[in-house]
Amino acid sequence: MDTCINKIREIALKLLENEEVEKVVGFANGTIPMATSPITIDSKQDVDKLVFNSTCGLNLANYIRNQKGKLAIVAKGCDSRNIVNHIVENQVKRDQVHIIGVPCQGMVDKKKIDALFDDDIIEFTEDGDTLKVKSNTKEETLSKKDFLRENCSLCQHRNPVLYDDLAGDLVEEQKLDNPYPDVDRIEAMDSDTKWQHFEDLLQNCIRCYACKNACPLCYCPTCFVDEAGPQWVGKGQNETDVSTFHFLRAFHCGGRCTDCGACVEACPMDINVRDFTRKLNKDSFEMFGWEAGMDITKRPPLDAYSPDDPNDFIK
Amino acid sequence: MGNLLEHMGIEKDRIHFSWISSAEATKFVDVVTEISNTVRAIGPNKKLVKDYS
Repeated sequence: MDTCINKIREIALKLLENEEVEKVVGFANGTIPMATSPITIDSKQDVDKLVFNSTCGLNLANYIRNQKGKLAIVAKGCDSRNIVNHIVENQVKRDQVHIIGVPCQGMVDKKKIDALFDDDIIEFTEDGDTLKVKSNTKEETLSKKDFLRENCSLCQHRNPVLYDDLAGDLVEEQKLDNPYPDVDRIEAMDSDTKWQHFEDLLQNCIRCYACKNACPLCYCPTCFVDEAGPQWVGKGQNETDVSTFHFLRAFHCGGRCTDCGACVEACPMDINVRDFTRKLNKDSFEMFGWEAGMDITKRPPLDAYSPDDPNDFIK
Repeated sequence: MGNLLEHMGIEKDRIHFSWISSAEATKFVDVVTEISNTVRAIGPNKKLVKDYS
């Protein structure tokens, strides 16, 4: 990881020195251990603030829209796919972004690690696959692969799909026989059990919209939840309104979601909102052979017509 | 969308998609009859419905 951080800083410094880009979007250490936060730097002195480790779970593609000049962005596999999405959806031009690709070994599930400790974590360090986590009362040495986020353990695109510079050697991609075991589990339930599953899932939702704010796909100037005329969905804690919000949020991500996990990472109530979007990812893959953000020359399936589109749902 | 609704637990038979031209009155009648019969068989829907009582 250290060599990768040095490489990121080196590339960022070079780009800022040569004035090739106006700013660099990357990760910086957060204010508490085991946390990183997005940062934008525009001067050479700040380059040392850039870091990269297994806690960079948010998606930086969120910060590249509406740019006038050119910027550089640190991108993991999923971030790069969301940048491709942005280019395809005309949110940014290809020549406006300089992509510093970082081959990714997966991000850790902070909530899973937190659960091992009764008190606050005061130190988090990693070396390859070994994580050392310390609190005031105990110290644990963990294997990173046991504490990966679910989306990272099921990820098949760890290397950036599009990049200008690479800050590390490409990693071997996972080949999974079944990339959607979680969706299959829900699909096997009957209607009422499914409904109960999602009701239980959403019962703690406080409608803070962190999931939609962290999501690089959610960039409408006025989200349907904020619209007042017509008001598509009630704004309170009513169960139906909460389910409607999650259902529609997910549907708006159909054929676009890269399963980066930023929504789950951002959720303060530990709701696995990916249960919704994963179904759409599976459908896109099975019906259209489509995985979002893999190619800047292809239009997404819900945006293009083909005579081969499946239409057996029309009676 | 139908698939996601079904995934969330809305019964599959409640969701119908059809393409009917304005000239196809008989097809319209057939489709609506079929839908009413299948939906009646499942009974009233309680999901995604607000209870105002």
